[in-house]
Amino acid sequence: MKQLSADIVLGILLVLTFTSLVLLAAGAPVFAAFQNIWLGSFGSSMKIGQVLNVCIPLIICSCGLLFTFRANLWNIGIEGQIIMGAIGGMAVLRMDSISNPTLLLPLAFIAAMVTGGLWGLLAGLLKTRGGVHEIFGGLGLNFVSQGFILWLIFGPWKRPGIASMSGTELLKHKLWLSTLPGWRIAIAGLVIAGIVFLLTWLLLEKSRLGLKLKAIGQNPRAALLYDISPEGYYLLSIALAGACAGMAGFLQITAVYHRLIPNISSGYGYLGLLLVMLAGYRIGPLPLLALFFAGLNVGAIQLPIVLQLDSALSGVIQGCCVLSALFILGLEKKRRQK
Amino acid sequence: MKHTVTGTALVFFAALALLFLPDHGHASEKGFTFGLLMVGPANDHGWSQAHFEAGKAIEERIPGTRMIYIDKVNPADRPGVTVPFLVDDLISKGAKLIIGNSDDMTDGIMEAAMLHPEVKFVHISGDSALDPDSPENLANLMGRMEYGQMMAGFAAAMSSKTGKIGYLGPLINDETKRLAASCYLGARYAWTRILKKDPAALTFKVSWIGFWFNIPGVTSDPTQVAKNFFDSGFDVVISGIDTTEALIVADQKKKEGADVAAIPYDFQGACKTAPDACLGVPYFNWIPGYTYYIKAAVSNKWKKEWIWLGPDWSSMDDTDTSSINFLNGAALSGDASDALSSFVKGLGDKSIVLFQGPLNFQDHSVFLKTGETATDQQIWNLPQLLEGMEGTSR
Repeated sequence: MKQLSADIVLGILLVLTFTSLVLLAAGAPVFAAFQNIWLGSFGSSMKIGQVLNVCIPLIICSCGLLFTFRANLWNIGIEGQIIMGAIGGMAVLRMDSISNPTLLLPLAFIAAMVTGGLWGLLAGLLKTRGGVHEIFGGLGLNFVSQGFILWLIFGPWKRPGIASMSGTELLKHKLWLSTLPGWRIAIAGLVIAGIVFLLTWLLLEKSRLGLKLKAIGQNPRAALLYDISPEGYYLLSIALAGACAGMAGFLQITAVYHRLIPNISSGYGYLGLLLVMLAGYRIGPLPLLALFFAGLNVGAIQLPIVLQLDSALSGVIQGCCVLSALFILGLEKKRRQK
Repeated sequence: MKHTVTGTALVFFAALALLFLPDHGHASEKGFTFGLLMVGPANDHGWSQAHFEAGKAIEERIPGTRMIYIDKVNPADRPGVTVPFLVDDLISKGAKLIIGNSDDMTDGIMEAAMLHPEVKFVHISGDSALDPDSPENLANLMGRMEYGQMMAGFAAAMSSKTGKIGYLGPLINDETKRLAASCYLGARYAWTRILKKDPAALTFKVSWIGFWFNIPGVTSDPTQVAKNFFDSGFDVVISGIDTTEALIVADQKKKEGADVAAIPYDFQGACKTAPDACLGVPYFNWIPGYTYYIKAAVSNKWKKEWIWLGPDWSSMDDTDTSSINFLNGAALSGDASDALSSFVKGLGDKSIVLFQGPLNFQDHSVFLKTGETATDQQIWNLPQLLEGMEGTSR
């Protein structure tokens, strides 16, 4: 307990020192910068709503990644899975034959999960059948999905007369997910994130699936002795991660951007990887960490508005936080080894 | 371990919460605060910087005004953050008028205008105010850069030895098509009427990169596109994008001994990046337009309008009155400069009208019959590039 408190104090000190140094080097008033980031992320209900909008897809992606990390798979392809999920969802939402949103939205949600899941499965098959390491397979598939979404936006799905980075035409208003009154957060997004979080916890911590994935992750050869097929579980875990990513993609188009844009994944896949690692591959700390990083992303917009600072500084601060956390985790690991 | 991480995060948050109790006194009560949303960086030496500097000038020229701004408002730079959210933020800080400086913000500004009927909005480069059903608090402003681009095209053709002019285009829409076409018309005028050369010997090629500035992995790389132009015999590249890659590449090529030049776009100081390779720059001066709308909002004389402001032909460099100007660059020869002055004079007194028939579209269909002059609407909504131009219209 004593050690824990010391770690926490050290962590906070490190983060504050690093970031203060960076801010000082940039000629920024340190206290005002921190205060503005804080106020810009949690200073009002509007800001909290904005932070939650970033948080929701981040938590869903991170939950999906827990499955693959549990099986010791590096699902770098999560970015592409978000993109493909968004494309799958959009393909359904663009159908003219169905006009009823209560039918169209659930169908699009399922399509997003399925396309995200299948894209994940593809990376899994490349590994299990083709012997391609999931990092390389995933990266390759990310490029393919990025190319595909650009082709759609600049080609068949472009706005009439305009082919632009700004994306496809806006979805009809009836296809926007409804929001909490006065809050601009999609209720469905909150519910989905809550359910995904609970299910992930149940499956990983309270079910045989979690145990089997853990067994495979720690020793695939030994798992075979217990009749657990690593190949099948690799595919299952990466498909589950893909399905989660697909859900995040669906929420990005129906709750945040209301259209398909080239950067629809917003980098949440890569950020999710970081979050899961910082969380020590456990589900418990994920919501708080997601809140922290989302808060930093949203709050940093205050730097240019109020202090006329380059908002890229938020990336530097984020990096400092990650480094500090990794340092503390490394220290702890070292202590354990002793 | 689990507890360490959770505990660290909890204590960190608690510490921050205690340190920074929210205050609610942000909104400025005195004077008039206006917000500016810029699509690119405020120091891009292009489109966004021109807006930023106009905002700063307004603060000095209209007493009591204050600008708050957010730059890099695009999904690549600010993932997960949308225009309506940023507008909420600016309004919470007291903004009573908000300027969105990109075509890219059309949907977001419209949504924000509907959500905040008490706040005035100016959307640069859009035309939503022409729609009678659009919100009353949303107006449009644009500069008649067509004239600036005609001058750019003219200067390019006067300076080209090979007769091959490249146009580094952003994305394809009505605005960019009419600007590229204006460049071409200026170049063709210089080539055929001043230099008396064969129109067939003039090549005017447009390459679109996909956005107003480079987004690695998403747009084509403007540096590579400019290099390709120069490597394939084009000796002048006119930039239609917000940043100065074409000029930088031209400068490198010039230093390697090539006789090439470039024309950047839309910011007065753009030539300073590489003066020796710069033929000049057509630029926007947003001060007259900003002044008009801000004064209208302050004095409660606001009305929904679509305004398209041109050069003050009597004094193009008067920042109070002229929305468009062309600043000659160091690489423009004396002869070309003199010819350009006469050309500008002709445009001003209407003795030279370039959007006049006979003009055909790229697909050889008729745009303007002989003697017919294009209306503002025909130019604003130019559906495709013109006959004689290379490059795609769709």
